[in-house]
Amino acid sequence: MNEALATAGDCPIRIEGLENRFGEHVVHENLSLSVRRGEILGVVGGSGTGKSVLMRSIIGLQHPSAGQISVLGHDICRADPAGNADLRSRWGVLFQGGALFSTLTVAENVEVPLKEFYPDIDPALRREIARFKVRLSGLPAEAADKYPSELSGGMKKRAGLARALALDPELLFLDEPTAGLDPIGAAAFDKLIRALQATLGLTVFLITHDLDSLHAICDRVAVLADKRVIATGTIPELMETHHPWIEEYFNGPRGRSALLSRAGDAAPPTATAALDRPGKPKA
Amino acid sequence: MDQLPDFTIKTDDSGAVELALAGPLVVARIAALDKALRALAGPVARLDLAGVTAIDTVGAWLCWRTADALGAEITHADEDSRRLINAVRGDQEELPPPPPPQPAWRETLARLGQLVVDGATGAVDVLAFMGALLEAAWGIARHPGRLRGTALARQLQLVGIDALGIVGLMSFLIGIVIAQQGAVQLQQFGAQIYTINLTGRLAFRELGCLMTAIMVAGRSGSSFAAQLGTMKLTEEIDAMRTIGVSPLEALVLPRVLAAVWMLPLLGFYSALIAIVGGASISAVVLDIPFVTFLLRIQEVVPIRDLWVGLIKAPVFGFIIAITGCYQGLRVSGNSEEVGLRTTMAVVQAIFMVIVLDAFFAVFFSGVGWG
Repeated sequence: MNEALATAGDCPIRIEGLENRFGEHVVHENLSLSVRRGEILGVVGGSGTGKSVLMRSIIGLQHPSAGQISVLGHDICRADPAGNADLRSRWGVLFQGGALFSTLTVAENVEVPLKEFYPDIDPALRREIARFKVRLSGLPAEAADKYPSELSGGMKKRAGLARALALDPELLFLDEPTAGLDPIGAAAFDKLIRALQATLGLTVFLITHDLDSLHAICDRVAVLADKRVIATGTIPELMETHHPWIEEYFNGPRGRSALLSRAGDAAPPTATAALDRPGKPKA
Repeated sequence: MDQLPDFTIKTDDSGAVELALAGPLVVARIAALDKALRALAGPVARLDLAGVTAIDTVGAWLCWRTADALGAEITHADEDSRRLINAVRGDQEELPPPPPPQPAWRETLARLGQLVVDGATGAVDVLAFMGALLEAAWGIARHPGRLRGTALARQLQLVGIDALGIVGLMSFLIGIVIAQQGAVQLQQFGAQIYTINLTGRLAFRELGCLMTAIMVAGRSGSSFAAQLGTMKLTEEIDAMRTIGVSPLEALVLPRVLAAVWMLPLLGFYSALIAIVGGASISAVVLDIPFVTFLLRIQEVVPIRDLWVGLIKAPVFGFIIAITGCYQGLRVSGNSEEVGLRTTMAVVQAIFMVIVLDAFFAVFFSGVGWG
């Protein structure tokens, strides 16, 4: 659906020459990456390759030592706080553990960004929005009035997703959304993200270790290694690069089984075909 | 896109009412439209979306809610709108009505009852905690090898050595205040030499350990509660239990021992510094030479004043550590609880210390140590 735009190089996130160092320790060096509008970009890499640091750099939580990051046309490294407020209402972030505010109920968690950015919205409408977002993220309606400590790990992630979606963002950042979920829950979460992406037209930046997620929902995959992005593309394209780490990653026993299960229900996705795959759930 | 969404109402020839929405139905601009639509009353036959320029889930929800409430049919929705409306629509869920407010007297009674019940269960819990701690201590006494030497040393440093600076400064200043204020009063009947008795006896008997206890309650009691509370939240304490490490042995006992051990030492140190403070101000204001002040202390302060201080201090230390650890281990649920429990630990510890101090004062004068 966004094919024309994607090929025209319309990129909400553009990173060039990014460098992150903590003292002597260099995490990223000369890292470049672009995320196209309307795609789900999976980011993979071994533990400690700085996937989360990359995400934190993009959303402005981590100030890079060098390089340029532009998000929706704003320069993150230089943006003034006032300009950032507008930007912050256009993205949603799901942190690894959900990062829900523990003293608020799930519905109140979802209301926080609404209250912050649009204080003139009627409280009744705000409550309604919170409730349908909770339902949209696949939680039962009664979960809205529960506190995060009363939720299971999977429900916390869904609640975190509901909060990330509170402002109808254009960009969605997900940090290992399926880690720690059971396979059925993880598959359901994948489906949910794909469906939301299709319905709401989101651009998704997805950090994951889950090979099934990569095969099932990612349009493209970026591989982080050697302090930079060594390759970006669809999984078949990545396999052709013959980089040892990539081969090991996708051809290892887990990679194979994920590929096989994928081949069972559809052809391996390609960048454009994946966007309008017929079997895709439309919410 | 600074335009606000709006609506118009038309009635066609057959008398059917049509509500037409126009403009961007997005969350950033929808507040006023929502209020206006909420005020409308039905029936409306059709909800026309032909003029909608942009829509997001909030806009879709508004369309669906309005259509549902007014019994209207949605027309001229483009593909995006239809998809979004389908995504957000839900069966009109019946929210449970909020419980009717209780009369004030009932609420007060209920709260009072809750307080009594909480107090009673709290007392039992504290007893159970002390019992468990005693059991752990007995286990350590039989197998001294199980004592966590490193943890104990660390706590000794945190509770004792790291507190030397602040306790010293506080004691020095208090010594100055006592000596100076005492001198002013005693001067009225020419007895300013008794400033030395006042400063010396007060420092050893009362102020040394009492002020130290309050300082330690604020410094260490709070940190015990916050630390154990956070560990409880992050399930570290559960993890310890599953590995077979008793949290009482590994966490509580070293802290209690450290506080019991360090408070007498800190109290003694505090008394000494207070006397130095008193001696310094006396040298300046009262012309009592510094060394004379110290020598007179030896003569006017009976040794049992020192014992009174040294007997009280470990009890205070025990109370502080127990309260801190107990409150910390009671944390459950959320981060707010950590703050609440920490406050309670400090308040209860200081309160208990002062109550006990009053008991000790009566007791010691009763046994002739006045």
